Amino acid sequence: MTTTDLLSVFPLLILILWACLVLLLDVFLKRERLTTILTAIGLVVTLGFSISQNNLNLTGFNNMVVVDNFAVYLNIIFLGSGLLAISLAHDYLKRMGINRGEFYVLLMFSISGMMLMAIAADLIVFFLALELLSIPLYVLAAFARPRVESEEAGMKYFLLGAFSGGFVVYGIALVFGATATTNLSGIAARIAEHQADIPLLTIGAALILVGFSFKVAVVPFQMWTPDVYHGAPSAVTAFMAIGAKAAGFAALMRIFVAALPTLSEQITPIIWVLAALTMIVGNIVAVAQSNIKRMLAYSSIAHAGYILMALVSYGQSSVASVSVSAALFYLLSYAVTNFGAWAVVIAVEKAEGKGLALDDYAGIGRKYPALAAAMAIFMLSFTGVPPTLGFVGKFYLFRAVIDGGYIGLAVIGVLTSLISAFYYLRVVVIMYMRDGEPEVRSEPWLNLTTAFTAIATIVLSIFSAPILQWASQAILSTF
Amino acid sequence: MNYLLHPLILVTFFPLLGSLALLFIKPEKKNTIRWVALITSLLTFIFSLLMLAQFNANNPNIQMEIDNPWINVAGWNINFHIGVDGLSILLILLTTLLTPISILSTWTAIDKRVKDFMIFFLLLETGMIGVFIALDLFLFYVFWEFTLVPMYLLIGIWGGPRRIYAAIKFFLYTMAGSILMLLAILWLGIRQGTFSVPELIASGANIPVYIQIWLFLAFAAAFAIKVPMWPLHSWLPDAHVQAPTAGSVILAGVMLKMGTYGFLRFNIPMFPNAAIKLAPWMALFAVIGILYGAAVSYAQKDVKKLVAYSSVSHLGFVMLGLFALNPQGIQGGILQMVNHGLSTGALFLLVGMIYERRHTRDMDAFGGLWKAMPVYGALTLIVTLSSMGLPGLNGFVGEFTILLGSFGSKAIGSPWFAGFAAIGVILAAVYLLFMFQKLFLGPLDKEENKILKDLNAREIITMVPLLILIFWIGLYPKPFFALMAPAVDKLVAALQTAATIAMH
Repeated sequence: MTTTDLLSVFPLLILILWACLVLLLDVFLKRERLTTILTAIGLVVTLGFSISQNNLNLTGFNNMVVVDNFAVYLNIIFLGSGLLAISLAHDYLKRMGINRGEFYVLLMFSISGMMLMAIAADLIVFFLALELLSIPLYVLAAFARPRVESEEAGMKYFLLGAFSGGFVVYGIALVFGATATTNLSGIAARIAEHQADIPLLTIGAALILVGFSFKVAVVPFQMWTPDVYHGAPSAVTAFMAIGAKAAGFAALMRIFVAALPTLSEQITPIIWVLAALTMIVGNIVAVAQSNIKRMLAYSSIAHAGYILMALVSYGQSSVASVSVSAALFYLLSYAVTNFGAWAVVIAVEKAEGKGLALDDYAGIGRKYPALAAAMAIFMLSFTGVPPTLGFVGKFYLFRAVIDGGYIGLAVIGVLTSLISAFYYLRVVVIMYMRDGEPEVRSEPWLNLTTAFTAIATIVLSIFSAPILQWASQAILSTF
Repeated sequence: MNYLLHPLILVTFFPLLGSLALLFIKPEKKNTIRWVALITSLLTFIFSLLMLAQFNANNPNIQMEIDNPWINVAGWNINFHIGVDGLSILLILLTTLLTPISILSTWTAIDKRVKDFMIFFLLLETGMIGVFIALDLFLFYVFWEFTLVPMYLLIGIWGGPRRIYAAIKFFLYTMAGSILMLLAILWLGIRQGTFSVPELIASGANIPVYIQIWLFLAFAAAFAIKVPMWPLHSWLPDAHVQAPTAGSVILAGVMLKMGTYGFLRFNIPMFPNAAIKLAPWMALFAVIGILYGAAVSYAQKDVKKLVAYSSVSHLGFVMLGLFALNPQGIQGGILQMVNHGLSTGALFLLVGMIYERRHTRDMDAFGGLWKAMPVYGALTLIVTLSSMGLPGLNGFVGEFTILLGSFGSKAIGSPWFAGFAAIGVILAAVYLLFMFQKLFLGPLDKEENKILKDLNAREIITMVPLLILIFWIGLYPKPFFALMAPAVDKLVAALQTAATIAMH
């Protein structure tokens, strides 16, 4: 192992070692509060190291990992999500009577899996990362045991996760058969030298696409999402909705944009159909939901469709970088908005799965004006109404699509966001225009998260240039 | 620091500042909140007069321009670009005038959640003024779409019995058009490499005509719904009738003009060849709207609904004037936008006053009101006459100029459109006088009506500025035309150049 190898995985190593240490400390000290603080410190330190990797462009372990700005950008999203998840979780877990230290350790392991996904440059490493990020999430989904919904969520997530993992492995095997290597740069080289078996490679790539489509919840591989999002503890769902999705898209972008642009002729129509289906189904089914967690689950499916839309034009080299930066920007804007919305959900949620119906939001506008205003901002951001991050994100995203010449898909995209306006606005309607006597949990960290994300949603949309600049420099290294 | 005292920045963002200040006042202090909101909007009006003082009417170009880089990374070319010219200045003044009047009209009408109401109202003012000053398509879209949110909440929280339905319909309907415009904006931004409106106007005629038509239609989707043009008007009666009085005044007075202004600022100059090609069609829909709106108004029993449908008819005149594509037509169109804002705004205020007293708007519930409320009756008569275009009042000047312009318009190509539109003037007299008769004439036979109090000083104050302008424009419209004439002439000249280039 050379120094470069060590440097390239250094933040990851720190986080994993720290997680092991916290696990031990938690077992012997049994002090959840300390565990929470230590986890936060670990994430902040890792975040610092991750940021220091910016512009380094390292490759390590014989091209098995690559640390480019793309990876750094995503790692920052993962670690930031982890921090926000802790701030949502620590009071929530206590309130729900599931305050166990393993939560934080599992969270750190899952984040390290995501970070590995962002730097992976070899199909084997992708699989490793997929499992490392998923297995802790399966446990986290079932964390509210013995509540049946939570156990069911964990089980369902595990079964479908294992199933989709099978697709990925099979796809990797076929790609290996077609190119005699699992390394992305090797695969790209083989294709360039015309030594790859293109039909076999295409099938392999399609299987990998299917496998990761499960992970990011793309229609028709979304069936698990509503149940898992609903059953899992809300703080876990909030984290899962961002982390797992961003990691899945990281893999898709790395594999397809960087290594397989030559396959775009075959893959692009598939992505087109998947994106269109996902936006249509996700948004239409969300209209019928009366439970806020299920509604947000379908909304997350729909947003996966929007992000996938950016990948449609991945084969056009002039547009690919715009697409990647648009997708990255959208992930960030979705992360901020999503955590805000889940923070409000957690504030309204009661024990035993109560307080999750949309009707439980009646009267919040009158009784808790600040909370209602924040939720309204998040809903408008999800819809894509300016001046919110969601609008800017969609603006950049649609640009990538129109730039690639897929105006039809863009029209589907805007029309489905019109549908989405209906169910997002319903939350606003219920909060402001119906009377009720809601009870809301007020806790400093929760309030802080809500306020921070709400302000960020507005302010960052007006000053989006630096973030966009950052996202556009987060280019994938080419092979 | 210079930018902060720039007249346009002050006019646009002062209401925002006021709404932020309102956040820190306790909701129970309703009167303080009302006064802060009123003073904020009055100061905004004064700032807009300062802007008018700095405005050089002889200059056809954009004035008081600010053009600052905003998002200039990753291939984007988005600027914070604002300015004012003869096309927009009257509409800005209309907005800053109607806002304090509306706020004053809510003094007793809005009593629940006054704080929220005023915050949303001032936010709405910032959004509306932003629409009129934006010269960058991205910035324009931000303001344009943003105005939906406060108006949606105003209708949905303080509206009538079917307010939620009306609010959602309003939001979804208008958003449906806007998002198609968003795609066209993106297409332009990518292909032309800029979102700057003046630059896009300069290069607009170079786009092939068939693409221009697609872009024109995408922009028109947003604007035609807002205007609203027949047959896209069905959100309007719901929204107007359910909205609180102040909301209706702003909706009719300003927000509908955002649609016609959009045609004038973007559709016509950016896609000149498409505008010329489609002018007869636009005129056709405008004339259908004039006649349809008038006919449906006549059939209404609810006064507010009658006034709402009359907007469809009046805005038809504006569209007819704009798509005459000659100086008279466009000038008449712009003036008629202002006139409609004054007259229909005043009508909605008057309807609101009687509704506050009787809690009904059914015309059958009234009759003979003149005896009980002579001042109210006199004011309503003047406004009604102004709305139907009596010579000597503002409506006549606008409609007459529009008819003159559209009659001789080469773009529309047939005097018949003007001929049918003229029938609309007669129909307007029919339904408005019918309304007046139902409310004020005849015997005062209902007990509830006999005890009605006439207007109080505050209500009269809200009407006075509107009445002054109704007479002013009616008797001496020259200064108003003078403000817009150079800019309109420039626009028409550019259209002619585009047309001749296309012919060769």
